[in-house]
Amino acid sequence: MTAQLPYDHETELEHVLERCNAARQAPLPAKDALPEGFSGLLGHFPVYFPEEIAHAAGLLPVNVLGGGNRLEMKHADARMGSFVCSICRSTAELGLNGSLAGLAGFVTHPICDAAKHLAGIWSRNFPEQLSQILYLPQNVNTPGAVRYIAAEYQRLRAELEKATGRRVEDEALRASIRLYNHNRALLRELYAVRRDEPWKLSCIESSLLTRARTRMPCEEHTALLGRALDAVRHRALRAQDKPRVVFVGGFCEQPPVEMLETLDDNCYVVDDDLLIGLRWLSADVPETGDPIWALAESYVERSAASPVQHDARKSKEGYLMAMLREARADAAILTAAKFCEPGLDDQLAWSKHLDEAGIPYLVLEFEEKMTSFEQMAMQVETFAESLLFALA
Amino acid sequence: MNTVAEKMPPAPAAAGFDPRVEGQRLIRQWYAELEQASELGQPVANVFVMGNAVEILRAFDFKLVFPEINSLQTGVRKASEEYIRLSEDYGMSPDVCSYVKADVGLILKEHRHPAGRIPKAHLAVASNMCNTFIKWAEIWERWLKTPTFVLDLPGQRSAGWQVRPGDAQHAADARWVEAQFQELIARCEAITGRKLDLERLAEIEERVNRMVLHWNNVMVLNRVCPAPYNAMLDGLTFIGIMNVYRGAPEGVEFMRTLEEHLKAKVARGEGRVAEERFRLLFSGTPCYVSMRRLVELFETWGGVFAYSDYLTFAAGGMDAAELLYDTSRPLESLAEVTALAAQRGLSNQFFAHERLARQIRDYGADGVVFHGIKSCRFVSSGMADTREYLNRRLEVPTLYIESDLIDPRYWSDAQIKNRVDAFFEALGQRGGAAPARGAAEAQRRSA
Repeated sequence: MTAQLPYDHETELEHVLERCNAARQAPLPAKDALPEGFSGLLGHFPVYFPEEIAHAAGLLPVNVLGGGNRLEMKHADARMGSFVCSICRSTAELGLNGSLAGLAGFVTHPICDAAKHLAGIWSRNFPEQLSQILYLPQNVNTPGAVRYIAAEYQRLRAELEKATGRRVEDEALRASIRLYNHNRALLRELYAVRRDEPWKLSCIESSLLTRARTRMPCEEHTALLGRALDAVRHRALRAQDKPRVVFVGGFCEQPPVEMLETLDDNCYVVDDDLLIGLRWLSADVPETGDPIWALAESYVERSAASPVQHDARKSKEGYLMAMLREARADAAILTAAKFCEPGLDDQLAWSKHLDEAGIPYLVLEFEEKMTSFEQMAMQVETFAESLLFALA
Repeated sequence: MNTVAEKMPPAPAAAGFDPRVEGQRLIRQWYAELEQASELGQPVANVFVMGNAVEILRAFDFKLVFPEINSLQTGVRKASEEYIRLSEDYGMSPDVCSYVKADVGLILKEHRHPAGRIPKAHLAVASNMCNTFIKWAEIWERWLKTPTFVLDLPGQRSAGWQVRPGDAQHAADARWVEAQFQELIARCEAITGRKLDLERLAEIEERVNRMVLHWNNVMVLNRVCPAPYNAMLDGLTFIGIMNVYRGAPEGVEFMRTLEEHLKAKVARGEGRVAEERFRLLFSGTPCYVSMRRLVELFETWGGVFAYSDYLTFAAGGMDAAELLYDTSRPLESLAEVTALAAQRGLSNQFFAHERLARQIRDYGADGVVFHGIKSCRFVSSGMADTREYLNRRLEVPTLYIESDLIDPRYWSDAQIKNRVDAFFEALGQRGGAAPARGAAEAQRRSA
């Protein structure tokens, strides 16, 4: 019999992070090894997807985020041009090499033209899987947008019912909404720690904790987040002399872990748009009334912003400035994934705006598959030093 | 109600009609009118070729600027590189749409275009059919303070998507499109100080109906052998008029005369090429800086582009809607047809294999030529996979070439010529003896 070790915050956080990192790298579970309560897996592409609908249908939502920098491209190079962003190409590769064979379906969105093409690629190569574009609107300002989104969500609900042979009852949807509300509230707390006490939680730790939801049931993720937050709050770390920066450009393709580590080494990343889709709904979805309407209305009225969503109420410069202001940041790291047209367009717009506003920034281009970080590390280090010098 | 015929300019006899000359004249006329717009105090709108509500804008007498056409015209006029370099010097990435970059160059050159001065718009309408439209319009919003209306058109959701007029899905989509039209109308009324005249809208729609009928006939005429026109050379002029003069009397007249002209050609058995040996489909967008050269590389071998998906998606997808406007209920009908066109003629680009398979049959195509454009992800992202699918499932010979819409730096003549020649040699082996005349001609030209 072994004696129970006393609770240690660092060890607890380490365990949670190990679980998150393992989930990030694990293959999809086989059909007979699915978490309890799920009959299948539903893949979805960034940015936002109403996971509650899949969850209520008994399908575990899997956010397909490409292959990172450890995936060998054997098939996709012949199927997608070299000018297409890495996440689209590696997602196709994961499909073609069989890694996503366990999906019951794959849903993409009209965030960009390359992402829409994934639906065609899926339907041509994996006809046995449900392959869909969920047409979330690019106009959320016209009265009638909520009604349209609700109709689109009902369509998705019916497709999933057909695929699973199981009715998605309103009550099940409300239960899923409650679970996800709790989860999103914890994610907001996580980001509040980053903003208020950034020395207690690094960008890479936060990213691993957030990303884990893409590969595990919301219930398990919420429990992990709760444990992590408790451990983080008790961390006895002291603030260092690092500039406070906001990171943008990670709304879809994810920067490699090594890149985020480079940022952490030199700066406090006090806010970011990494995996913004998981945090898209910025306040609780109403837990009473028509659940589909509640989700649709939340998408329009209580939501974040990104370069791939046009919303007349949220200019790209406006939301970046709000992030900087609310996080009390000294500067911005403006990134874009290679070949990401919306990201590259906004990167330029942001840099011109920050020039006018007199706010320091660093422009970086990344690719999920990049493996060399020396040059980037030098850029970030130089930038951070110049900021510290200017702020001293 | 219909007074279209009275307002039409006198019809040129089809016998003396040269579509290229007449098309160029109309495009010059359009640019001349744009140049006068500011002086005359006319409202101006920026619109794109895919999903634009031109009928509504025309009912308010907006002068229409097509920034895509402006950009491609810089290519046709061999001036695009200057505009593109200006925008890259400003900071635009080499990896974004070259049309956008040429347009940013145009802004940096204070709207001086090789065809004339382009007026600033009072309104921009950008649809979601190509996501770059929205990012493009955001540039105008940012720089020029152009009010932007994003027209969200629900597209084809999956492969095998069957949506029929009047079914529940179509009704829901059309309702959403109509709600947006109502808001767009309110914006137009605020800009012009005029109320929408529904009779005027119906009159414009009636003209569009006639243009679409003629246009469908024009495309069907190219199903005969020999094909009377080349879809990727003559066809580019035709769709230019389809876009710029959609709903205008000149547009109806051009299309009517064009149909007559081509019917006469077909009756005479006159093809675009002297000896048509191969009928081809072209998938993708043109390379406007070298399109004449590209077509020449194919026609030398007796290959003619009988059809191109570009003729559908770059002309608003109207032909694919297979539905004409019901002018007795102009607004509702506009929404219904727009929703159908978006799904059958525009966003089905993401499921291109379905449409191409049908067109290969309809046009009796011997092969498909894919033209990938690095900076146009709307047409190019799924192209290689579509090609592989067609090769595998239909055993149709295909060729994949790459260049750009208007950036001459991406045109590699020798490389493209080699690939085209190899393609025809393979086609010749597949379908019988290699076309000696084409081979000899190709050899002569390369020498």
